[in-house]
Amino acid sequence: MTSVPISKPISYPRREPNVLSRALHWLMHLIDLVVVPIQRRVGMRRMAWFFVLPNLLIFGIFILLPMLLNFYYAFTGSTNLQPQDRPFVGTANLQALFTCEDFLNPITCKEDIFWRAVWNTGTFVVFQVGGIVLVSLATAVALNQRIRARGFFRSIFFYPVLLSPVVVALIWKWILQRDGLLNALLTVLGADTIPFLLNPDWSRFWVIVVSIWAQMGFYTLILLAGLQAIPTDYYEAAQIDGADNRRTFRYITFPLLMPTLLVVLVLSLIRAVQVFDQAFALTGGGPGTATTYVVQYIYNTGFTSPSRQAGLAAAASVVLAAVLMLLTLTQLRLGRRTEENV
Amino acid sequence: MRVVFDFLTRTRGKYHFTRSDVITYLYLSMGTIMMAGPLIWLVLSSFKPQQQLVRFPPSLLPYRQETAIVSGYDQALDLYDVTFEDGTTRRLAQVSRVGIEARMVDPTTPNEIIKVNINQRQPAESLYFGLDNYTRGVTKFDFWTYLKNSLVVTVVATILTLLVNSMAAFGLSKYQFHGRNAILIIIISTLMVPLSVILIPVFLVISQVGWTNNLLGVIVPAAATPTGVFLLRQYMLTIPDELLDSARIDGASEWRIYWQIVLPLAGPALAVLAIFSVMWRWNDFLWPLIVLNRKELFTLQVGLNSFQGEFNTQWDMVLAMTVLTVLPVTVVFAFLQKYITTGIATTGMK
Repeated sequence: MTSVPISKPISYPRREPNVLSRALHWLMHLIDLVVVPIQRRVGMRRMAWFFVLPNLLIFGIFILLPMLLNFYYAFTGSTNLQPQDRPFVGTANLQALFTCEDFLNPITCKEDIFWRAVWNTGTFVVFQVGGIVLVSLATAVALNQRIRARGFFRSIFFYPVLLSPVVVALIWKWILQRDGLLNALLTVLGADTIPFLLNPDWSRFWVIVVSIWAQMGFYTLILLAGLQAIPTDYYEAAQIDGADNRRTFRYITFPLLMPTLLVVLVLSLIRAVQVFDQAFALTGGGPGTATTYVVQYIYNTGFTSPSRQAGLAAAASVVLAAVLMLLTLTQLRLGRRTEENV
Repeated sequence: MRVVFDFLTRTRGKYHFTRSDVITYLYLSMGTIMMAGPLIWLVLSSFKPQQQLVRFPPSLLPYRQETAIVSGYDQALDLYDVTFEDGTTRRLAQVSRVGIEARMVDPTTPNEIIKVNINQRQPAESLYFGLDNYTRGVTKFDFWTYLKNSLVVTVVATILTLLVNSMAAFGLSKYQFHGRNAILIIIISTLMVPLSVILIPVFLVISQVGWTNNLLGVIVPAAATPTGVFLLRQYMLTIPDELLDSARIDGASEWRIYWQIVLPLAGPALAVLAIFSVMWRWNDFLWPLIVLNRKELFTLQVGLNSFQGEFNTQWDMVLAMTVLTVLPVTVVFAFLQKYITTGIATTGMK
């Protein structure tokens, strides 16, 4: 290794722009040549539309229009996909969904799979959201302690968030299959093997566990940020007053974290209601309809079933959208209240 | 003993290792096993040859059967450790197997056939990280095609998202015009309606435009993310208007102001959005699943899903391909970890 002469003055070389940025520069100049005449025509004020328009166009065609179309589908019938071929049927689709002798017993419903999906989603939401809030809170509190290698632990807990639903499903399928790792551990412990993904209750259980595994890092991060925003003065004061850990958590951490906790609760609720892709890749909705959720019902009814009942699927979408809207409004209200308190 | 304990429980500063510290570390280590275990298991398994994958109970690490070339035999023979009745162990090569009886030879004395009960022999194995699954998987799975599609979708969609969203954010944050608030309200109100709710009409619109089985159908619709517009607008609001006005006095066109003043200043927000857009598009499953049904257009995620359906029992290749699909995300995470975690903590988006 050669030694570096210290006395030599450090020279900062002027960075030459590389090919890419030079090309970009010229491209922008070219656009400018086109845009300047437009600006001269419409004036500075109205140039705003020029900037907003591309986004608005894509947004209008691929998000707003489909949303309006969805209502149209929900109130029209037949198996045709073209809007002009669909006769108006009023609320027949919604009525078909809600024709039921006993809502607690899906077999008595006209669209029994829809109600199975509704109840499956309900149980999923309760246990998944409950689980994820508890686990993320515990993890965030643990990460907020005076520990070594915090960054390492945080990355480990967060990493699965970045995995795609298909990858997550495959990783766990490999572990849960009949001669997978988990059954091997059971055999070592002297227990019988369990066909996890062939048993309805076990499938439901694992769909919940896997989705908690995949998403908890995200909520942990938000909660950790919330914890770190709590001023340390409070803890010092509590220490001087002789409060133990439990009391400190109960009377300082928990109430001050409440706003963040509510945000996490609502965000995870909104997400849980839409459960689909990961569960679909893990179990395919089975065994039977044990892990068929509402979004999968929409997908199946509209795309894969031979009769392609788009009206029914759209009606189910409207119901789901109403639920989501309600949840989001709750979130906005909670968010406003939090802001007022701060 | 006391010294060892003190050393192990030594902490920085004046605090001693307390019971709650022990619980914390215990929890975090168990959590680490729970979170990282499945991934490590995936990676380890992906190196195992098929006959090892179907073995139950599975071994932790990937092994390979040792073979030896014995004179008089054309092919390399599998080696086994054989335990005889008298307790001695010898390493023998298996010539053939009939029922529960194996005919074996000692590599040093190839002419003498030894008959052994198969329960007496254990395969001789050595640790081996084989890339066989990867090389076979890449050809069977059309990995390069899917990778190309995924890359095209991710890169083009991210550039388009950044451009279109930043333009809209600029227009919505730096100008006063009629309809601005209406646009804002519409955009923000759709923040909450996910794609999964409007699957059928989106499909209809895409097929009307003629973009089914076209990568454009995956790229363009997702480019106008309300989240991106919202994030960038919030950031651009903090850029002082005086800066823009002085540029106008100097004769800069509106496009130049956008390009040379606002965009560079919005760099941090653009970086966050870029990272998220890459993650979203790379991991996107539902949208490409609906739009694409020709195999040569599949992205990695859709391809992987259909591959696992097609080769349900061929876990060797499926596992290897899963690892390859995860690799780019891991690299991005390793380098941009700080931006990603702070981005989420501050914006709460995913």
